[in-house]
Amino acid sequence: MNRALRPLLATTAIFLLAYIAAVLQYPSMLSTRVLGNFLTDNAFLGIAAVGMTFVILSGGIDLSVGAVIGFSTVLIATLIMWAGLHPLLAFAITLVISAAFGAVMGAAIHYLKVPSFIVTLAGMFLARGGASVLSPDSIGIKHDLYTNISRSYILLPGGGRLTVIAMIMLAVFVLGIILAHRTRFGSYVYALGGNETSAALMGVPVARTTILVYTLSSTLAGIAGIVFSLYTSAGYSLSALGVELDAIAAVVIGGTLLTGGYGFVAGTFIGVMLQGLVQTYIVFDGTLSSWWTKIVIGGLLFLFILLQRLVFSASSPRKKAFRKS
Amino acid sequence: MKRHPLTAALLRPQFAALAAVLFINWLLFPGFFTITWQDGRLFGSLIDVLNRGAPVAILAIGVTAVIATKGVDLSVGAVMAISGAVAAVMVSSGTPATIAIPVALLAGLVCGFWNGVLVTYLDIQPIIATLVLMVAGRGLAQLITEGSIVTFSDPLLSFIGTGAFLGLPMPVVIALVLMVGATLAVRRTALGLLIEAVGVNRSAARFAGISSRLLLLLVYSFAGVCAAIAGLIVAGDIRGADANNAGLWLELDAILAVVLGGTSLLGGRFSIPMSVVGALIIQAMNTGILISGFSPQFNLVVKSGVIILILVLQSPMAAQWMGRHLSFLTSPRNRSAK
Repeated sequence: MNRALRPLLATTAIFLLAYIAAVLQYPSMLSTRVLGNFLTDNAFLGIAAVGMTFVILSGGIDLSVGAVIGFSTVLIATLIMWAGLHPLLAFAITLVISAAFGAVMGAAIHYLKVPSFIVTLAGMFLARGGASVLSPDSIGIKHDLYTNISRSYILLPGGGRLTVIAMIMLAVFVLGIILAHRTRFGSYVYALGGNETSAALMGVPVARTTILVYTLSSTLAGIAGIVFSLYTSAGYSLSALGVELDAIAAVVIGGTLLTGGYGFVAGTFIGVMLQGLVQTYIVFDGTLSSWWTKIVIGGLLFLFILLQRLVFSASSPRKKAFRKS
Repeated sequence: MKRHPLTAALLRPQFAALAAVLFINWLLFPGFFTITWQDGRLFGSLIDVLNRGAPVAILAIGVTAVIATKGVDLSVGAVMAISGAVAAVMVSSGTPATIAIPVALLAGLVCGFWNGVLVTYLDIQPIIATLVLMVAGRGLAQLITEGSIVTFSDPLLSFIGTGAFLGLPMPVVIALVLMVGATLAVRRTALGLLIEAVGVNRSAARFAGISSRLLLLLVYSFAGVCAAIAGLIVAGDIRGADANNAGLWLELDAILAVVLGGTSLLGGRFSIPMSVVGALIIQAMNTGILISGFSPQFNLVVKSGVIILILVLQSPMAAQWMGRHLSFLTSPRNRSAK
């Protein structure tokens, strides 16, 4: 068996066990209503996490996604409510700007040879600051398209609702899986994360791939921003605060190796669902306070990092021997 | 031409940047440099910059040591919240501050030690290892305060945040003592050399007989204690512990201060006093934006602009370009350094 699959299987097993345990305690959690809400409430996180998966697979990190989501919601709100543009035009402008933002960050990482977390940290400050310069206050969005989208859904058997934004997230995951495992760009990303020097020697266009990875991550953060604005019908510069950490946690819990090169987009989906499960369980329980979410997610993060170390050092004796020396 | 070492140090670009920011502040607010003596302590905007900059400066002292070993500590903000929460809860439940303060510092030490164990024994990348505590730490702090803002009126604990010693605000005194102590420890002993050796090449340092694990544990624990001190100052300042907001995003300010101070993110070269200067530049900018009447959010845009400028200046591309086009500027400086 492919050893890279083991963390993914472990995540899936833990998710199922946790879900079964939760259902045994609260039987009403086993319903399509709860599942539908899982997808809707975590749609923006899932979309951003797909982008983060690509960045981490390539051996980098993107701390700016939460800020880009916040900036996108404010930009959309100002374009629709103040400039009077049609939402679809506002969405297009937002995507172009966020894509350009990611491309510039990718170029800075590659050409200036600076660690990705510093560049994306600057990007985070810039996007948050830009959002609050546009409007420090929350702007409500009122448009027919918004009310129509939030009203439309597919009714699942059992009364659950598959909303439009949940479908957007599922589509992004499917496209992400195809992009990662079935295209040339996907294999370039894996190669880059495995070893940048060998990738360059094998003929991988390192500059282009790096720029594209961050462009992809920021564009997906822009889509997540659109979804977030549909979800809340508002634009606020402080929305999606700290989502970058949740996205990183989802990617790691999903079994992607933080040093890059190993992992699956599908694992990230389970990582996002596991976080949704923790939140939903805490809501169902009622006596646990919200801060337990952070502690449990921190604990899960630690557990999976530990698991990755154990799995990968146990199955590569040569590497272990090298480290011991 | 040979310059006195102190003059050479004062000619560094960081001091020029600090002077420029202070000068702009003076243009915006003519009373900026006025310092008055009142109620046995100094007052004035300049003192305010020092006072407000102290927590970030203290964090930066710890983070400098970590970054010098080619690591990074993202958890210092959350550790601040934890130590503030521990001290506030203990004091408000009747424990004397003389016990609560050491316990809060111990909590910081334990947090830093935990990071160190993850980095050394589990071999996890520092960004990720400290991310665990960054995510979970704030939750732990809220667990300690049970979600509320715990207020207290203990005189000793609030003295740490708001008191004055020899006319200077207590946070400034603490930061100064810590800076001098840490600088002496790394420059008057072999400690600094060992840290730089581990930062430049950990395996080479190990082969040279340096016990890099012990050193890394020490460095991360030190960063934890620094964060705990900063947490006590912030809690003492508002006479309460706010687990949600204490030290929020300060880890990023601390890293920025270290980078501004010229410490290389790739490990090796580091300077603790220059990181403190970096923290003062950040605070002087914050104060400048506040008194100029811009909204405080504008801060973030300015900060990101400064980071981008530094990154471009520090990059190998810029060095090459300057080597080719500005050799007349760089060569005399090289000569004087010798």
